[in-house]
Amino acid sequence: MKAILSHRRVSRKPPTVESRLVRHETGTPEETEAVGAELARRLDRGDLVLVTGELGSGKTTFVRGAARALGVTDPVTSPTFTIGQVYGGGALEVAHIDLYRLRSLSGEDPALLDDYLTPERIGFVEWPEIAAPELGRPAARVTIEHLGGDRRAIEIE
Amino acid sequence: MILGIETSCDDTCAAVVTPDGEILSNVVASQGLLHERYGGVVPEIASRRHLELVDAVTADALERADTSLDDVRSVAVTRGPGLIGALLVGVSSAKALAAARGLPLTPVNHLHGHVVASTLGENPIEPPLLCLVASGGHTFVARVDDPADHTVLGQTLDDAAGEAFDKGARILGLEYPGGPVIDRLAKEGDPEAFDFPRSLPGDGLDFSFSGLKTALLYRVRDLGEDEAERRRADLAASYQRAIVDVLETRARQAIEQYGVSRFAIGGGVAANSEWRARAQELDAELWVPPMALCTDNAAMIAGASRFQQPMPYPDYLSLDASARPAA
Repeated sequence: MKAILSHRRVSRKPPTVESRLVRHETGTPEETEAVGAELARRLDRGDLVLVTGELGSGKTTFVRGAARALGVTDPVTSPTFTIGQVYGGGALEVAHIDLYRLRSLSGEDPALLDDYLTPERIGFVEWPEIAAPELGRPAARVTIEHLGGDRRAIEIE
Repeated sequence: MILGIETSCDDTCAAVVTPDGEILSNVVASQGLLHERYGGVVPEIASRRHLELVDAVTADALERADTSLDDVRSVAVTRGPGLIGALLVGVSSAKALAAARGLPLTPVNHLHGHVVASTLGENPIEPPLLCLVASGGHTFVARVDDPADHTVLGQTLDDAAGEAFDKGARILGLEYPGGPVIDRLAKEGDPEAFDFPRSLPGDGLDFSFSGLKTALLYRVRDLGEDEAERRRADLAASYQRAIVDVLETRARQAIEQYGVSRFAIGGGVAANSEWRARAQELDAELWVPPMALCTDNAAMIAGASRFQQPMPYPDYLSLDASARPAA
């Protein structure tokens, strides 16, 4: 296991994105990617974004848009099976985590997420609910809802 | 004799393979039952179980091959991609075994192991060949001209085909892993009962299964709980048909575009009965893996190592696992 990078257990620097709620409605996956890209431009090193929403709501689509805006050119695919994915390509590495398959982080090795989320990277976490306390204070919380068909409501806090 | 070790995800695997590609043993200690309780792979549980199992599985592989470490000439291990904690157990174990005997070690890309699994066993095929690997974490079609390497021609842009099976099963209220359950249920259903999308993104050979998953979710919602439950077999059969249609279309297109007449399928989805049957209709000399080579296994890792330059002792002592695809 890597050296302990327990940034989650020390206080994080203040979030760079101001605390207010913004609601978007999108009609296509491309528009969802664009909202992700817009958020990405306000993120900085060490920032963490929690992305919540049901199966098929477009969480990975949102993260793909953000990752593209951060310079990632590789395909950004669902990390459900692999749990974590780290992308290079831009000025900062992007970590993409999916906790869908986990039920709880309690009892897990605390270094589990440290392998992926480091103070040098920008992190996106899908299905963050089970790890909420361990993840510390995020720079942004994103909630995506189905509105039927390709339409989605995206709230960014 | 080559000893292979693979611990990239939830199975602890060891195998003994000869330099000619004969599989002398191929042992898999599945953590499937353990994970069923949790609805999927649980990474730290995976790492701990790997740690508990890896020595016993390795000893078992040697015993089943009727051999011992004295006859092993090199060790092969999966370096990535996969869960970092899980990979490290295999890498550390392989390094220790090789170093104790002063043997060379070959780090192998897990995906390349799937791609060249067709060069193993009783009826191997040789490159040039095309290969479609579909598993829980990966879906891609590749071209192999030299068994040391492969070129990805198209890959999934969102979900893997095996993930579509798993999440589809979850939407239908079925247990994990979803692939075998949907396969079984689909045999009792009508594959044309529901019309699900067949997404073929772009002009190339890429895949996309995310929209299909959402389409199933909406269909189940529209039907309502009782009706969705009553028509579960039809839903499973139609959903599986959509996945297999896409795999077959991309396989057919790859064969036409690249003019290569040998085709192999691999990965856990190659265990799906409808895909195995449909692949037989492809216009190519087909290689379908035995079940033991579909899912994660160490024989394919030992097999792939035959085409690589091994690292001599002690050069590999600083070798680390790599979670990145370009391992």
